[in-house]
Amino acid sequence: MSILLNNKTKMIVHGFTGAQGSFHAQQCIDYGSNIVGGVTPGKGGTEHLGKPVFNTAREAVKATGANASLIFVPPPFAADSILEAADAGVEVIICITEGIPVMDMVRVKKRLNALKAAGQKVTLVGPNCPGVITPGECKAGIMPGYIHKKGSVGVVSRSGTLTYEAVWQVTSQNLGQSTVVGIGGDPVQGMNFVDALTMFQADKQTEAVIMIGEIGGSAEEDAARYIKKEMTKPVFCFVAGKTAPPGRRMGHAGAIVEGNSGTHASKVEALKKAGATVVDNLSEIGAAVAAKLKAPKKAKAVKK
Amino acid sequence: MKLLEYEGKDVFARYGIPMQKRAGIVKIGESLDTLKLDGPGPWVVKAQVLAGGRGKAGGVKLAKTAAEARELTGKMLGMQMITHQTGGKPLTVEEVLVDEACDIAREIYISVVLDRKNSTPMIVASAEGGMSIEELAQTQPEKIIKLPVDVEAGLLDFQARQLAFDLNIPQKNFREFTAFARQLVRVFIDEDASLVEVNPLVITGDARLIALDSKIITDDNALFRHKAQAAKPDHEASEIEKEAKEIGINYIGLDGDIGCMVNGAGLAMATLDTVKMAGGDAANFLDVGGGANVDQITRAFQIILKDAKVKAVLVNIFGGIMKCDNIASGVVEASKKVKINVPLIVRLEGTNVKEGREILARSGIKIEQAGSLWEAAQKAVKAAR
Repeated sequence: MSILLNNKTKMIVHGFTGAQGSFHAQQCIDYGSNIVGGVTPGKGGTEHLGKPVFNTAREAVKATGANASLIFVPPPFAADSILEAADAGVEVIICITEGIPVMDMVRVKKRLNALKAAGQKVTLVGPNCPGVITPGECKAGIMPGYIHKKGSVGVVSRSGTLTYEAVWQVTSQNLGQSTVVGIGGDPVQGMNFVDALTMFQADKQTEAVIMIGEIGGSAEEDAARYIKKEMTKPVFCFVAGKTAPPGRRMGHAGAIVEGNSGTHASKVEALKKAGATVVDNLSEIGAAVAAKLKAPKKAKAVKK
Repeated sequence: MKLLEYEGKDVFARYGIPMQKRAGIVKIGESLDTLKLDGPGPWVVKAQVLAGGRGKAGGVKLAKTAAEARELTGKMLGMQMITHQTGGKPLTVEEVLVDEACDIAREIYISVVLDRKNSTPMIVASAEGGMSIEELAQTQPEKIIKLPVDVEAGLLDFQARQLAFDLNIPQKNFREFTAFARQLVRVFIDEDASLVEVNPLVITGDARLIALDSKIITDDNALFRHKAQAAKPDHEASEIEKEAKEIGINYIGLDGDIGCMVNGAGLAMATLDTVKMAGGDAANFLDVGGGANVDQITRAFQIILKDAKVKAVLVNIFGGIMKCDNIASGVVEASKKVKINVPLIVRLEGTNVKEGREILARSGIKIEQAGSLWEAAQKAVKAAR
């Protein structure tokens, strides 16, 4: 098991024939992801990277039975592509695009919530994220595939390269990942930490979770409440931005300390109180997970 | 982007928000004669800086006569101002706004913000304006009204009425207020703002409703559909920051002496944190982006080295899309182009890392390599001492 993606996932790529879309779709295909086609309005009926191109998401889903979308459409049009994928009935929509206006995402969230309330199954990941990967089964995003390894650690993060850093440490400890989810660095986004933690808690393959947060918003504090109430699996956290000056947006639109909210201290305190392990030094997160996951097994062996 | 008070008021004017009559704006080096001080007065002279707490720092003055208004304006231009929001650093007053003053019977706080948790715009208001909302939220949270607003419908009539009743708006100003509140929400949505604040909204002695101040922060991501705004100067960014932005590099100047070049915003933040943990201070936040090439890396080096405080440069790159051998070649080529006369510490990880490290080692350039971020940070701190 895993979350969001597995070897049965059939994926379409929006913005398939663009430079970004082409490059990363090829990387995903090389990794072994089942990309069944792409969407580029006006290029329907042609073929790209050996896969069919469709004018609309509806056509693509009808012809291929796709259940996941990977979006590389430029910022002014990306919100519309998310809604198009949802309208076509795609269940997992992963939006990589960076720089979508916040107000567009507010409108997208409103519509997705209405669809969900009407009973449709749809999950948005992103935007402004590296994507999702279930190692050995399906890569849907821009992460380097080779740093991952199939295993039992679930990873969820607001940042791209910071995720790679954590994943690489886990792999270097000879452990692996069940699924790695980049939820993105924007203030309004699809799934959040609590959604990912809920999925990891229910997933049999996942034994521990790494959560990489950053300053801004209150998603980490919400996660802390969930961890305290529901999580039985160990959670390891790092929160970036301890030294960031207030009021300045640190790259991600969501990473900004406004007034007294969204500070590093409040997030770390909430997570520690909830029983999560918070590392101050990012370079130690892999070792911390390894110490926990490797220790009980040794203890069992001793008991025998 | 943060707008100055008068820029925000220019936006308000387009939405019909009631304000005091403006006498003019004077920039450093401009003549004070451009001020239209032909009324009876008094006037209020306001320093245009991006920081709250101007009043206490001498940035807001009342002038009874036209001569006094000119004199105060002249004195305020070029003044160095430190408020509780400037982080101890002085801001130079480069522009001064002069408005007609009014007598204040009542002050109200009102703003529109993004409620991140519920992904919706939200009005935050209090019948007691004047002080900062952060202070009020801490001392008297029960006095803060929060009202979520639908992004497509805007503020509905019943919501506007409810808000007016909750704020005890007098009967005489009731319609004026509901119209004002609806328009304030329109500013937030239509201008793609992340904050629109009026503090204070006042009711004058002669019972007029007036927005006395403005604070608007716009969403940089939406600048493509606000061409006029995009063409305006970013008052908050320093010269180096502006230059970096033009070439697609995300740079924020900081106080330390270790220059940092990192790919990805999260990793860049974590790098600053790690430098601090190793006992040093970063000179900057710099995200070279996901697809940085030789040219980009060269320019990133040039930008980092423009800061005279920099005593060592730490490059931390996790090669995903960017392969490590390409990055290494970029670093080598860039360091040949740019004269780097401070120690250079490079930590590479990711795709083709072996090849990358070999390229750096064989280059003949003095580069200290590190295997982990922690090791790199320690080496950089040591080198900067």
